[in-house]
Amino acid sequence: MTARARSDRANPGAASPALSMRNLSVRFRMRDGGHVAAVADTTFDLAAGECLALVGESGCGKSVLASALLGLLPANADVEGAALLDDGTDLLTADERSLARAIRGRRIGLVPQSPAAHLTPVRTVHSQLAETVRELAAVPRKGLRLATRAAAERAAFPADHLDRYPHELSGGLAQRAATALALVGDAPLLLADEPTTGLDRALVERTADELRRTVDEGRALLMITHDLAAAARIADRVAVMYAGRIVEIADATRFFGEPGPRHPYARGLLDALPERSFRPIPGMPPELGKLPAGCAFAPRCERADALCGTRPRFDGRTACHHAPAEDPSRA
Amino acid sequence: MLELSNITAGYERGRPVVQDVSLAVARGEAVGLLGPSGCGKSTLARVAALLHRPDAGTVVLDGTTVHDYRHRAPRALRTTVGVVFQSPRLSADPRLRLRDLIAEPLKATGRRIEIRERVDELAHAVGLGGDLLTRGAHEVSDGQLQRACLARALVLRPRLLICDEMTAMLDASTTAALVAAVEAYRRETKASLLAVGHDQVLLDRWCDRTVSWAAPSAA
Ligand code: SF4
Repeated sequence: MTARARSDRANPGAASPALSMRNLSVRFRMRDGGHVAAVADTTFDLAAGECLALVGESGCGKSVLASALLGLLPANADVEGAALLDDGTDLLTADERSLARAIRGRRIGLVPQSPAAHLTPVRTVHSQLAETVRELAAVPRKGLRLATRAAAERAAFPADHLDRYPHELSGGLAQRAATALALVGDAPLLLADEPTTGLDRALVERTADELRRTVDEGRALLMITHDLAAAARIADRVAVMYAGRIVEIADATRFFGEPGPRHPYARGLLDALPERSFRPIPGMPPELGKLPAGCAFAPRCERADALCGTRPRFDGRTACHHAPAEDPSRA
Repeated sequence: MLELSNITAGYERGRPVVQDVSLAVARGEAVGLLGPSGCGKSTLARVAALLHRPDAGTVVLDGTTVHDYRHRAPRALRTTVGVVFQSPRLSADPRLRLRDLIAEPLKATGRRIEIRERVDELAHAVGLGGDLLTRGAHEVSDGQLQRACLARALVLRPRLLICDEMTAMLDASTTAALVAAVEAYRRETKASLLAVGHDQVLLDRWCDRTVSWAAPSAA
């Protein structure tokens, strides 16, 4: 993990965090008058030069969180809390005009889930990249070709493929093209939404390594993923989400290695990997509209007892009544 | 159970994505087919599932040489194979309730009388409980919908199951649960399995043997 040592330039901790999420809650108003709490009371900080992986099952709320950050929630969503950039901009209250003109692409770059869908099929990579460069980097016409090549290079996209159409690219190159687009505006904060879905292991590793490189250059990266292998490869810290709440935030080395996750759900998720016990967690996540009163994981948890009938507080590391105490052997 | 011999297949004339590939799956055997994204392994899976006519080569399924594909394939042959794809959203009609989705093949083959019992049994096997069966496909998560798609693939008791990147979009726990459901079905029926994927760790753990796309004709 020495490779993870952060550059001095990034200097995390000293300045305000690249993203400071404060008590984010997103509730959807349903047609029957009810509410569904998709994200509840979520708080974390993300520093420059740091990658935080947000992991969890589909439907756990992690993609709703991403939509909230990008201002892309549907009209029936009620949002509370704050998502502050280092200059104090609150992404949750910014209006669509400033989001479009000053924030998306410039302050926060999106590495999309399916690059093939994100790229315009009828235009070459060069033409799409050049347009974004012209828009975001204010490059004069003359320098455009050069600047476009440089933009491609930053995501390790080969210059001799720039004249290709998206469908002529392999999955890996399409991903790099999409990453190149996300990097053009030199946004200090990157949001990657399931960037490795459907890629084979080799490509997952390459994509993760490329994203890691952009982090080591001083960007902050919030990676939303269900792919634990990708998270293990790239993240400094891991946040585990269950039924709309963060149940654990941990240092990645400790989470994936020793002593391992503290929350029973996080333990179960890791344990389900084919390289571990390959045993599923019994049952399925609860409906967000019908959460049990206490701990949402209780119906699936082998350690649940009477105490778990009240909701465990998130103490900054874990939300569980029976999380192991700090083990004394590791100070 | 399945013999693919010297298969060449593709979608455009002169641009095959599968070239001269052979692969065999014995009765009761579980074979993993491992390959990178976009290498053509899904096309081979479609040929094996009788969903795509190869340009050259022969397919022998359960001792019968295949001559017709897609809706032209004889029903007895078609129902020998069950298929699950990567994306449940693309392979499920969003208007159907999960119960009807699972029952689709029974209706299509005129076996309505079995629906109730069979659907309940399978829902249980893939872990779909509560009122989920009455939900529309658009009202459930990807993981729940994929569970229903697996149940649909098993509803006619296929002797060969083809899983094409079945778990690529799913989290670790749902992946383990679906694989466990497939294996329980295979223990009970001695069905064969062709699991196509890009995750070697997963295929090695799941299958009797794993064949790499780089040299599948060596199989
Ligand atoms: S609070 Fe109780 S039910 Fe919830 S995860 Fe901890 S032990 Fe399990």
